[in-house]
Amino acid sequence: MSDAFEIADVGTVHEDHPRGWRRYVYSTNHKDIATMYLWFAVVAGIAGGGLSMLIRAELMEPGLQIFKNPHLFNVLVTGHGLIMVFFMVMPALIGGFGNWLVPLMIGAPDVAFPRLNALSFWLLPFSFALLILSLFVDGDAGGRGAGSGWTSIAPLTTTGSPGPATDFVIFALHIAAASVILGAINFITTILNMRSPGMTLHKMPLFVWSILVTAFLLLLAMPVLAGAITMLLADRHFGTSFFNPAGGGDPLLYQQLFWFFAQPALTAVMLPAFGIIGHVVAAFAKKPVFGHLGVAYAMVTIGFISFMSWADHLYTAGLTAGTRTWFMFAALAMVVPVVVVISSFIATLWGGSITFKPPMLFAVAFIVLFTIGGLSGIVLANPGLAPVLHGTAYVMAHLHYVFGTSAVFAIFAGWYFWFPKFFGYLANETLAKIHFWITFFGVNIAFFPLHFLGLSGMGRRIADYSDAYAGWNFVSSIGAFVTGGGVVVFLIMLVEAFAKKRKAGDNPWGAGATTLEWTLSSPPPFRTFNELPKIT
Amino acid sequence: MALGLPFFAGAALAQAQNWQTGLPPAATPVMERIAQFHNELLLIVTAVFLLVAVLLMTVIVRFNHRRNPEPSTTQHNAALEAAWIIIPVAILVLIALPSYGLLTYEAESPQPDVTIQATGHQGHWTYAYSHEDGLQFDSSALSEAAAKERGEPRLLGADNPLVVPVNKTVEVMTTGADVIYSWAVPAFGVKLDALPGRLNHTWFKATKTGTYYGPCAELCGAGQAFLPIEVKVVSARDYVLWLAAAKEKYAGDGPQRVAANF
Repeated sequence: MSDAFEIADVGTVHEDHPRGWRRYVYSTNHKDIATMYLWFAVVAGIAGGGLSMLIRAELMEPGLQIFKNPHLFNVLVTGHGLIMVFFMVMPALIGGFGNWLVPLMIGAPDVAFPRLNALSFWLLPFSFALLILSLFVDGDAGGRGAGSGWTSIAPLTTTGSPGPATDFVIFALHIAAASVILGAINFITTILNMRSPGMTLHKMPLFVWSILVTAFLLLLAMPVLAGAITMLLADRHFGTSFFNPAGGGDPLLYQQLFWFFAQPALTAVMLPAFGIIGHVVAAFAKKPVFGHLGVAYAMVTIGFISFMSWADHLYTAGLTAGTRTWFMFAALAMVVPVVVVISSFIATLWGGSITFKPPMLFAVAFIVLFTIGGLSGIVLANPGLAPVLHGTAYVMAHLHYVFGTSAVFAIFAGWYFWFPKFFGYLANETLAKIHFWITFFGVNIAFFPLHFLGLSGMGRRIADYSDAYAGWNFVSSIGAFVTGGGVVVFLIMLVEAFAKKRKAGDNPWGAGATTLEWTLSSPPPFRTFNELPKIT
Repeated sequence: MALGLPFFAGAALAQAQNWQTGLPPAATPVMERIAQFHNELLLIVTAVFLLVAVLLMTVIVRFNHRRNPEPSTTQHNAALEAAWIIIPVAILVLIALPSYGLLTYEAESPQPDVTIQATGHQGHWTYAYSHEDGLQFDSSALSEAAAKERGEPRLLGADNPLVVPVNKTVEVMTTGADVIYSWAVPAFGVKLDALPGRLNHTWFKATKTGTYYGPCAELCGAGQAFLPIEVKVVSARDYVLWLAAAKEKYAGDGPQRVAANF
């Protein structure tokens, strides 16, 4: 089915594609690259989740049981954080869902720069390999691996970790940053230039909006990370002293740079999660998203504020009261657009005719979990409370409710929602629901007690703790293992779905699923929209 | 909430209890205000959570496909959309005002009676009393056996605790010798990073005698879990006695340490 204006043999070449491993390794097709991103995220998620099982096993009881050398514990905490942020959540939400859905939803044949897209993906496995390799080379004097936290905090990374492990982590982050920047450029160009006729920005689906804002945030924030870790590298090897007070530098500078990157980057992770949840609640409530444009502009506002609120991570660093006041207001201001988004989701559900299919279960749970994480965020936004909350397990609870559970629940909601579209098969609903309930109970048992531990003073990133924290830590570990069991059910669900091959129709979810991808076959043909659809 | 949990009266060992769910009991005016503000905030966020929970439960019960086969088509409601901007702003203002007051109270330190410099090192804190003839000593974690013998909590007890007088304003200046540390005593409402090349300062005024503990609250290396902060708050008389004894006991520590640090 070559297009009328193309020469016939060019047309057939376009429809043809390599088979077997060549199809993927040589691929410049957004759908295949997206699928690779998704499987990469699954593998990285299992790796990062495995590390968290070891972490919680160590913390289950006071004393050192598994890691006789606490440095190894710090290494695993560092690895867990980096893997989950850079190699699981980001590739899944942005590389995976973004690549699959942005061209389909705006009616474009592919992304703007397909080869750049391939490069973005193929940088990631090498970056991941460097990070894994860092576990096996010398870190600080006490052992192997980099144990300086996901923030690579200076001067622990400049003077405190002599071995090459930190260099491996720095290079891994450099490559991951390059991958993300290229991906961001690709998404911005695609969304701004390749929308089908009639697909105005205001008609654009929420998920595409979220990816557009996210791409801008990452494009602006990632170079700051790259710069900061390059300065780390120069301090380590080339005799500079950006962060070394003995040479006129300042360790606080690193924290400012890092969080100037991290605050928008972490926000950028949440926005596609909002986008996915918007689509899922609308599809299963059989109602369009309430206040569609309000949500879109709320996401833009969240993006703006995220560039002005980085130092709410530095309340105990010795900033002046005036500085902390500014960042308190910025952090609290962030709450308003977030409330708009969440309220719109609830208003979308209100009056709907809801079916609770697995994607919807994850989406409703997302609203609950994100509300908890957002509310503890309001508490943490107050610099006056930092003396009792900063650097404690309370922060762990907050960040795991926001990223460890909310973002992951959005990924699962999206996974179950688009699984029939991406792979052409229906998932087993019972297995999916078991997966949901185990995970929902698991994460709450694992993470809610961390609020209590934080309030009663237990710190973060410690391999051993005072005996008084034994009770809730035991509960938390049980919850983590339950969550691990949920991942096993997820894998069983995958195997079952691919073994049974129950064919999914073009649109298994019915009238509520209105975006363009549902008009295509499942899975969509290798090339889509060779003739652009007209959006009315 | 810590309310209702048993605590030793008088010479309180202000350490966390198993299954504790709230803040430690306050030992300074700052911590009293922190606890009060936190409790108010907890009420607000709990109320918001309950509101969301009630809305979601209503949605699940009333608007499932069995009870409501025909979905409504409402997509906009200007009043509602304005309300969920204005009401959160109002609540946030209600939070921000006392929060700002608390921050200001914490930041404005009164004239200090005692000034101590705490320097973070790998494995110990060095405490230097500014106006006490160069009194300076190191404070590191007790071994498990020693902690048991002295009846102190594992990982929190220190061999040479910091000693300060009760009801006096104590200024703490923090710095790090090599990497970043953080000096924290939750019961005092004090936590301040100790950065190399910077001198941060905070203050506390303990109103109850007793022994108070805190962790190093910034990732400082493999020994992160083993860098305790122990502060003994004693009466003015005991403090004078301790000072005299300490100056004798730690004599000679000061200059040597200074030489080793720089």
